[in-house]
Amino acid sequence: MEIVRSQRKSPLPIVVSTIPLYRSTPELEVRLEDFELFAVDRLRVLQGISHGLSRAKKPEEMEKLVSDLWKAHMRHPLASEVINKDIISHFVLRLVYCRTEDLRKWFLAMESTLFRYRFRSESFEAQRALLAEFDLPYKAVSIAEFESVKEKLLQVARSLGQPQTSVDVLFYKVPFEEVPELVAGRRVYIQKGHAYIAMNQVVSLVVTQFRSHLSKALILTNRKWTSTIREQEKDRLTPIVEALSTSYLGPDCSQPKEYAEISLKDIDQVAKRSFPLCMHHLFEKLREDHHLKYGGRMQLGLFLKGVGLKLDDALAFWKAEFSIKVGPERFDKEYAYSIRHSFGKEGKRVDYTPYSCQKVISSTPGVGDHHGCPYRHFSEENLRASLSKMGVSNRAMEDVMEKVRNKHYQLACTLTFEAIHGSSCDSGINHPNQYFAESRKILLPKNNSAA
Amino acid sequence: MTREEVEHAKDDMLIDGCEAQALDLKQANAVPDGFNVNYLKIYYGKLFPYYEIFKWMSYGNDGKHPACDQSYLGRREFSFTLENDIYVRFQSFSSASELENSIKEKCPFKIDIGPVYSVDPAKRHAYEQTGNNVFTPVERELIFDIDMTDYDDVRYCCSGADVCLDCWPLMTVAIKVIDTALRDDFGFNNILWVFSGRRGVHCWVCDGKARRLTNEQRAAIAEYFRVDMGGENSQKKVVLGGHALHPFLGRSYTEVLKSFFEERLLSSQKILSTEERFEKILDMIPDESITSDLRGRWQENRRSSTNKEDINVVRWEQLKHILQSSKQKDKGLRRCVEEIVFYYTYPRLDMEVSKHMNHLLKAPFCVHPKTGRVCVPIDPNCCDEFDPTTVPTLSQLLEELNRSGVGGDGETELDQTSLGESVRFFRSAFVQPLLKSCKEEMESSYNAKLQQKKNSITW
Repeated sequence: MEIVRSQRKSPLPIVVSTIPLYRSTPELEVRLEDFELFAVDRLRVLQGISHGLSRAKKPEEMEKLVSDLWKAHMRHPLASEVINKDIISHFVLRLVYCRTEDLRKWFLAMESTLFRYRFRSESFEAQRALLAEFDLPYKAVSIAEFESVKEKLLQVARSLGQPQTSVDVLFYKVPFEEVPELVAGRRVYIQKGHAYIAMNQVVSLVVTQFRSHLSKALILTNRKWTSTIREQEKDRLTPIVEALSTSYLGPDCSQPKEYAEISLKDIDQVAKRSFPLCMHHLFEKLREDHHLKYGGRMQLGLFLKGVGLKLDDALAFWKAEFSIKVGPERFDKEYAYSIRHSFGKEGKRVDYTPYSCQKVISSTPGVGDHHGCPYRHFSEENLRASLSKMGVSNRAMEDVMEKVRNKHYQLACTLTFEAIHGSSCDSGINHPNQYFAESRKILLPKNNSAA
Repeated sequence: MTREEVEHAKDDMLIDGCEAQALDLKQANAVPDGFNVNYLKIYYGKLFPYYEIFKWMSYGNDGKHPACDQSYLGRREFSFTLENDIYVRFQSFSSASELENSIKEKCPFKIDIGPVYSVDPAKRHAYEQTGNNVFTPVERELIFDIDMTDYDDVRYCCSGADVCLDCWPLMTVAIKVIDTALRDDFGFNNILWVFSGRRGVHCWVCDGKARRLTNEQRAAIAEYFRVDMGGENSQKKVVLGGHALHPFLGRSYTEVLKSFFEERLLSSQKILSTEERFEKILDMIPDESITSDLRGRWQENRRSSTNKEDINVVRWEQLKHILQSSKQKDKGLRRCVEEIVFYYTYPRLDMEVSKHMNHLLKAPFCVHPKTGRVCVPIDPNCCDEFDPTTVPTLSQLLEELNRSGVGGDGETELDQTSLGESVRFFRSAFVQPLLKSCKEEMESSYNAKLQQKKNSITW
């Protein structure tokens, strides 16, 4: 009764968003084929998003990509079933991706990105309706308060290169903790712990909420999975769930592959022929300066681990270089621990996995740093010099630079691979360790026959 | 303080230092410089401020209030680096006397403070057996670490571990910029700045709100403070996009960086004096006609310089004049002056330290083994006066102890050394206000809980 009355009073038609918040498990009957098919369709969307992110696409490009992916995979012949497909596929993938920390991390990142761009595409009214669904205690900033900070808000808008008119929209005042990504990008004005966020930034607020809710839910799902579901469903859903995660995760680079297992004596040879540029550059810098800063040590160290360098060899390798610069005592004291740590032999004893291209591309090297993705972080001049040193011909170089200009860093790396190895790489490069493995695959048989 | 006054103050200090040293030698109380276990034992025995550190680390939980969490201090990780670099992690102490006895007994060369965990870190293995990662950090001060070695490409006086009074002001600038933003932007109040003992500073933000930040939120604050200086292989150094500076950067620039660069750094580091140095600046201007114009002028007036005015200042004015003249329609070029100033002066934080809860940081009042200097707090309101070269050293403190000769209790002995002032500052400007706000926070959250209970009973 209450609701009806308030509806009548409202002059605007009630706008309902079509994006579900996935707050509770649906009470729906699902056919077993749909259970799997829907999940596969959603996975295609999430994987497309993952690809887009690794190419460092701009927000506008991501918005279009997500919208295209969604249209391509998440349609359903029955209009009434569209929302059910959305909900069912989400909950199936929750089961699939709740089972390890790495799976959860990936799923959380992709679902949050998906939610972000779907939210952005919604109308202003639908966005406000969704915001209301989150039931957050924040109110719009009053006119008096707005006037008192208007100058600063204008300044923020100018610093972001936005038109001045964008300041006339509605602002919300929220604790800065609620909008970490806006704080990190200095995209809001912050005063005494409160961030002033514009209506078009509310997406950050809701994504943070969405993320934290989903993150907690995944932990709970994992508990339910291990305590009951896995056993109960062992003849029905469990096989489907387990197959889904393995078939779509991409290569697992935490374990050295069959071609790997390199030893210290031929590491220079191998580095020259089979390391991707990002690692080869670090490797050379280390040989040259006998030192690398933290970011470089992590990026190269974990890569070498993934390539099959044993802990003892790794220690010997790093020590040989660092001792020249800082002396063996300081190496043992300050650096050896972190190397053992990254092999899971110290502290929390987590066995760290090598960085993927996505992680390397999104890093932010500072003064004195040599890590990161050369295709993204080098100036054109430096990149050209490095590529020709690697033996990339002039013609191939232009193709690589073309990809770089379009921000297709992984494609640029793939082209480099093909130019150097004289053979195609159909899967594309997604991981420095995958680059290495593909390279060994091509080079090793030849070596053997020659020997 | 004007520049001249600072200069004078510097001179005075140097003279004081010399005289004091000369006197000491005469008095035959002299303790040879250095750092060793015996010195450290006396320091930990008589001077180390256990009580204040204990009160700080307890955050009011050592009281009688029903909201006190008696397990709080016992869940905090302390790490000791012992003689011969033996590294002992996951120490915990449940009382002031336990902490004091352990430090006196083990005589650590370095004490690190870690996070507060969900359970006593010393017993973490027992909890590991129960499965599920119950052993996890739950609270940690928001910390910052700024190290002079990260400034090596913008200082010409020293490099690596060395600092002098010409480059130290870079740290002072960092303190001013970060401290103001922590207070005005983020609303934090309980902030402790500490000299790291050799070439940098540490910052501890201790408000309850700060201690409970997630890793993601910590990373966001660290990123807010980060200005991209470009990697070693990228061309452009600082890039300040947009049509204006963000209010935080704008304020930092007008209130601190600009005047520091123009009035101090330019001359003290002789930033434009030689070809090698000015080429580095010209590299940051993306317009060849301007750079060749400036290069031409500077190469020529090397001969015709009148020596009256500082050549660095003259050249800087020329550069500014060209870049900011109305003829320059290109907005990117006008931003260039600011970009250069940011590159040379803006704080360079060690990001990794701030981003994660479980990073360890050296405790205040440790003694740096290489310099023998005590890691004393720095008052951000008077950070201009802080002089890293006159911070008390271990041997100096022992000398002062010898000289005082009074056999009284520890408190007065401390007061008779030059460390007394630092401990008094630590107590009155940091620990006491902190405890007051902890108490208030405890009261209000307790009352809110009571209220909630009442409401649920009376529905």
